[in-house]
Order: sequence, then C-alpha cells, then structure tokens
Amino acid sequence: MSKPRLDDATGVETVGHEWDGIEELNNPLPRWWLWSFYACIVFAIGYSVVYPAIPMLDTATAGTFGWSSRGDLDKEMKAESVRTAAMRSELDQASIEQIATDPRLRRAAIDGGRAAFKVNCIQCHGNGAAGSVGYPNLNDDDWLWGGDAAAIHQTLVNGIRQPGDDATRMSMMPAFGRDGILTAPQVQDVVSHVRLIAGEEKPSASAQRGAELFTANCAVCHGANGEGSRAVGAPKLNDAIWLYGGDRKALTQTITNARYGVMPSWGNRLDPVTVKMLATYVHSLGGGEAAPAPAADPAAPVAPVAAAQ
Amino acid sequence: MESALKRSGLWLAGLLIAVLACAAAVDTGFAIHMGIVGFACIIGLIVTLRGLDMSRAILSPDQGRYDDDVIRWGVIATVFWGMAGFLVGLVIALQLALPVLNLGLEWTAFGRLRPLHTSAVIFAFGGNALIATSFYVVQRTCRARLAFPGLARFVFWGYQLFIVLAATGYLLGITQAKEYAEPEWYVDIWLTIVWVAYLAVFVGTIIKRTEPHIYVANWFYLSFIITVAMLHIVNNLNWPVSFVGSRSFPVFAGVQGALVQWWYGHNAVGFFLTAGFLAMMYYFVPKQAERPIFSYRLSIIHFWALIFLYIWAGPHHLHYTALPDWAQTLGMVFSVMLWMPSWGGMINGLMTLNGAWDKVRTDPIIRMMVMALAFYGMSTFEGPMMSIKSVNSLSHYTDWTIGHVHSGALGWNGMITFACVYYMVPRLWAKPRLYSLRMVNWHFWLATVGIVFYASSMWVAGITQGLMWREYGADGYLVNSFAETVLALKPMYFLRAFGGLLFLSGAVVMTVNVWRTILGHQRDEAPMRDAAFDPAKDRPIVAVAA
Repeated sequence: MSKPRLDDATGVETVGHEWDGIEELNNPLPRWWLWSFYACIVFAIGYSVVYPAIPMLDTATAGTFGWSSRGDLDKEMKAESVRTAAMRSELDQASIEQIATDPRLRRAAIDGGRAAFKVNCIQCHGNGAAGSVGYPNLNDDDWLWGGDAAAIHQTLVNGIRQPGDDATRMSMMPAFGRDGILTAPQVQDVVSHVRLIAGEEKPSASAQRGAELFTANCAVCHGANGEGSRAVGAPKLNDAIWLYGGDRKALTQTITNARYGVMPSWGNRLDPVTVKMLATYVHSLGGGEAAPAPAADPAAPVAPVAAAQ
Repeated sequence: MESALKRSGLWLAGLLIAVLACAAAVDTGFAIHMGIVGFACIIGLIVTLRGLDMSRAILSPDQGRYDDDVIRWGVIATVFWGMAGFLVGLVIALQLALPVLNLGLEWTAFGRLRPLHTSAVIFAFGGNALIATSFYVVQRTCRARLAFPGLARFVFWGYQLFIVLAATGYLLGITQAKEYAEPEWYVDIWLTIVWVAYLAVFVGTIIKRTEPHIYVANWFYLSFIITVAMLHIVNNLNWPVSFVGSRSFPVFAGVQGALVQWWYGHNAVGFFLTAGFLAMMYYFVPKQAERPIFSYRLSIIHFWALIFLYIWAGPHHLHYTALPDWAQTLGMVFSVMLWMPSWGGMINGLMTLNGAWDKVRTDPIIRMMVMALAFYGMSTFEGPMMSIKSVNSLSHYTDWTIGHVHSGALGWNGMITFACVYYMVPRLWAKPRLYSLRMVNWHFWLATVGIVFYASSMWVAGITQGLMWREYGADGYLVNSFAETVLALKPMYFLRAFGGLLFLSGAVVMTVNVWRTILGHQRDEAPMRDAAFDPAKDRPIVAVAA
C-alpha cells in the first residue's frame, strides 16, 4: 500500500490505495455530473407527483393530472366514435346497393373497407388482394360466387364452407379419383381436356377421351364448355385463371381429391357496417360487377382519403 | 489415489442417475438431455481414472503466484462461444431478410435459433468472459490465490455443461418461454448450484486477500454475482410437470409473471452486462493505460447509485400493458434517475486516460476500450430515453430496441471483452507479446464499422416501423397493414446482416490472433506508429480572394 502522492500528469493527489499497480486519483465528482443527477431526481419526484406513482393499500396515488392509461384510451376511443358516428349510422341504414350508387357513402365505405381489409383479409388474399394458391384474386373479373356488391356482401357475411353457418356458401366437388368415380388414366384424360379448353394444351387423343368424361361427370356444374356456374360456385375452366394451379400436377390433384377451401363467415366477427364497407371495397378493386339493380359506376375512381372529409 | 477413487464413485453415481432419468424420461428432449449429462459424467470418469491433467494438454504450466488454469480455459471458451454466438446471430439476421433460410425445419427456425444466439452471446460469451476475468482480477487485486481451486474448476466445467444443455434444449424446443431465461427447471437448478459455487470461490478469495481494501472492480463483480443469483432463482420459481420431463409451470402468472420476468430481464442487463463488465473495465482500462483511476469518490457514488436504482427500473419493459400505471411510472422515473449513475462508469473509464490520451493513437487495445466506453455511454443514454413513456410508445416492440441492445452488446460488452482478451492472452500464456497488434487494429475497425451498420440500420428500421404502425389516415383508419411494415424494413435487414458479417469477420481475426499467440508465434510486421506527419504540408490555408 502506498501513501497519497501527487500524480505527475494531472497534478491531482492519489487516494493512497494501490492494487496490482492500480492507484486512484482523489478527483471530486464532476459538477455537471452531480447537478444532472440531481436534476434527474427532481424530475422523477415531480413526475411521481403528477402521475400515478405510489402504491397504497388497495389502490395507488392518482397523480395531480388525474391521468390514467385506461382513461386516456377511453377518451380517444370516445372522441373517435363521436367523430365517425354520423357516417357509420348512414352506412348502417343504407343497403349495399344504395352505398354503391351514392358517391359520398361509397367513398367513405371504400376507405373504411381498405383499412379493415388490411387487418382481416390480407393474411389469405394478400396485401394487394391478388390472392395466392387456394385464395382467390379479388382484382380480376373471375368470381366464384358472383361479383356484384350484394353477392360479395353475402360471401363476406356467411363465408364459404364455414362449419356451423347454415347460410354459408356450400359446394362439394366429388373426389373423382379418390372415391373411384374415375380411374387414374381417366383423370389424366379429363386433365387433358380441361387444359385444352383453357387453351394450355393442343388437342390430343387423351383430350378427346376426356371430353366425353367431362360431359358425363363435370358439365353439370362447370357447364358444357367449362364456363362455370356461380350458383354452385363452380369455377370457370375455359380461361387461364386458376385457384389451385392449371398445370397437370395441380389439376390431377384437384380432380383426384377435390379441394374444399374455406373462407370464414365475417358476419359474426365484424360489425355489419364494417362488413358492408369491406364488400364495397372489394367490389371497387377492379372486378366489381354491376348489380342487377342500378349499378355503381365502375369507372368511378377510388377517391383519396382526404376527399372524404 | 483415494480421492481419485472417491471422485470416480461420484462420476459413476452421476452416470447412473443420468441413465435412470434417461430411461424414465417422459419426453424425448429430457431423454436427450440426460444422455448429454451421462456423456459428461463418462468424460469426467475417464479424465479421473487416467489421471489426465487438462491443464497440461493445451496450456503452459502454472506460473505459481496465481491460479490461472481456469482463466486460460475461460479465455478459450470466451473466444469459442463468441464465434458460435456471432455466427448464429448472422444466420438469424439473414433469416429475417430471407425467410427461406429457415429451411422449413423446426430445429433451424428463427424461433429456436434466436434464443440460441442471445444465450450464446450473453451467457456463453459474456458469462465466460466474466468468470475468467473475475478470477483473474480478484486474485491480482487481492494478492491471493483462488480459494477452493477444485470448486473453481467445477464452476468452469459446470457452467459449460449449463451452456450445452441450454443450447441443445433450444434446438429441441425445450423452453419456458421467458426471454433470456429460456432453460427449463432442471437446467435452472444446475445453474443455481454452479452459481453458488462461483460465489463461494469469489468471496473466499476476497476473504483471504492480503490487501487491506477491496478494489472497486471486486465490488462490481460481487454485486453481479449476488444479484444474478437472486434474479435467477426468483424468475425461475417453477414447478415441474414431471420430475423426469422437461416441462414446468411458473409460480407467478399473468401480469405478476410479466413483472417478475422483466425485473429479471432488465437486471440481467443491469448486473450481468453492466455491473459485471464495468468490473472488467475498472481493472483492465487502468492497467492497459497505466494510469490511476480518475476518481475514487465517483466510483463509490456511482456504484451505490447504480445498484440501488437499477433494480427498480424493470417495469419500463411493460409500458402500456396490463401493468398498473403506478408501476409503469416508477419503472420510468427510476430509469431516468439511472442515467447519471450509469455515466459515472463511463466518466471514470474515459477520464482515467487523462495523461495517456496519446495511446488512443498508438495502442489499438486502448482504442477498443475507448470505443467500448463510448458505446456504453451512448446505450446508457439511449436506455433512459427509451424508458420515457412517450418515446417508448413509438419505440416499443420495434427494431429500435434491437438496435439499442446491440449498440450496447456489440459496442460495450463485445469491445471491452475483446480488449480484455487481448490484454490477458500474452500474460496468461507467458508470451512476450500478441501475435499481431495490426490484426487487433483490423479487428477494431471491422467491429466498429459493423456496429455502425447494425445500430444505424436498426434505428432507421425501428422508427420507420413505429411510425408506420401508428399511422392513421384523416378518416381515422389505420394506413398500413402489418405485412406492409415488414416489407418496408427489408433493406434495413440486409444492412443489419452486413453489419453482423463485419463484426463476425473481426471476431475471426481475433480468433486467429489469439490462437497464434497461444502457439507462441509472433507475426513479423511493421510496428504501429504515429500518423505520418509532413511539416512542409502543415501550413495555414491561404485565403484566396473570391
């Protein structure tokens, strides 16, 4: 142990301790450090006075500002619901067709629908609603169950093959291969025919045989020329749009085992206004069809958000 | 001989228990883990029976004054686990940018590799560095050989077994799902035993010291060991589903469980990564700079302020959750008060260089230490700032937090550990110098640039993410879907991975350097010099008329 000595480089005295050659200078606490420390403590005390801070027996001090995180959220949610109440009640009372024809309601519905779509729908249908394997593209003209606003609305409310929903859209294509309705070579022939009418394969003997099988087994739902049927949600087959893929492997799989894609029914998950807004938004994406009744102008541009105000 | 017989008996007993537990196991993970324990017992048995002295195999003989065997193993373990941890870190950074790298296998999915990365760097790399340096420092500053040398060896090997059990457990999907406390109940019990042994060795050495006072580094080490023991035990109060199975349930549930978890999690940062590493700083910085500590008084005040305030700051991890408002307030104000006590360590470290600042230019090890302290100061400012509720409402759950953690972990913990390794290796293996000082310089720059890429890309990513999440349109609806916010971060994820690659490259350079130094090689290289100075060019700029 050494005695206190003056350090040459800094002119400061050491404390006089020494460990393995390490000494310590006797510098005071830097003033700026000390005062900053005090300032932080003062801030902490002040903050604890104005905000909830001190736990008591069964609750805590409320703080002089009377702030609470729940109260804060409550206030913001209330203010928001007051602000949107008028428009929501208008949307609630309007039918889906009326919304489609009223530009003001339609714009508001599309804005709300876009936001709801981002939270609830993009997981399957994708960010741009372009779908993916097994999940339909909502931007095109190919609709399984109908593309007018009311049809889309019904699909949203009741879903597709949603267990427990009596009004859900339901169709069951037989598993032709698995259930032995068609033999494996026959399935291949049907695949050839389907690819022929879709324009993806040249005529062949296999397609020729497939045509007969198609007429006997498939045409009842998919139509004589594969034009599909919205009444039973049978996809159109004579175009290049595929839900599960149009290559031989995917089609063989579809005809052999069938596919039973499910869309949840949103009627009991979201409030009616949000479902209406979603239907209007999906209808506006590009494939929306005119309703049997007076139609929305399909050329009406999607208004920017601010215009709704 | 008799003791060898006794020890063999112990190994056999351990082996028997492991085999029985393996046979009775109710799940595969537990069976595999007991297999690993049994394998460890067999290795122990063979070593005991053959009378192998592990220290002879890879290390130079002990120099007599201090018991450095365990420290030499610890330095090698630090470098090894560091490499493993950084490598897994790079892999998971790439997985975030390119999800295909998850390989579609459960064992290589991000969710399992992420705890492997965090535990490997914090507990394996950082923990071994802390154990090795604490044994190094406590002996030298107490002028005493390690107390309980056998127990010290048990601490080292027991800790490695803990690491192996934890790491393999993550890959097998064994986790209690608490961040930084993922290992299950039986691994927790094992770590508790090892940790108590560690405390005994450390305190025993302090008690038998031949110095009148206890050096400040040892205060920090002791607070780290004691507090981590307390945190570990309380946060792992679990009840096993089966005593031969790997599942357990925590005693605390709901918001109480969350509060205990973050009391643990935050103080793991505070006492493992801050107090423990400040202890390293307090010994190795003055030794390398050959200067006295700047202020004894500051070290006392900031030590007690730090350990008193840190323990209350955990609730800032639970802002805007079910945690009552009052607890959130206290978590925030204690974090704010923590700012200056944290900076006390930085001031004492940096100001110790008073009178030796020229070494920053000539000594890359000092440069590493200065950079470590600079990152320490930055992270300990950023931390209190992020704990302020209005800042936290933007930063929480975003990549900003990841950036903050890494500027601390890579910049502070990594850099100071590298500097300590470079300091200790030639001394521990009695070599005249490192294999190459220029390689230290390369390591310094690779690591520094890597950290800059990492931290700045995560700041940008985090703030982007926070702003996108909270963006509402004028109509009152959310503007962005979650997937859109992920897509926006993709370029930042690539930059982060690049930063990680640089940091890992630096560690590779260190591994080669340490390896060659241990082998006794010395690279033939031009010495590190002052910057070139040409007096002819050193003249004032002449003003030119416009």
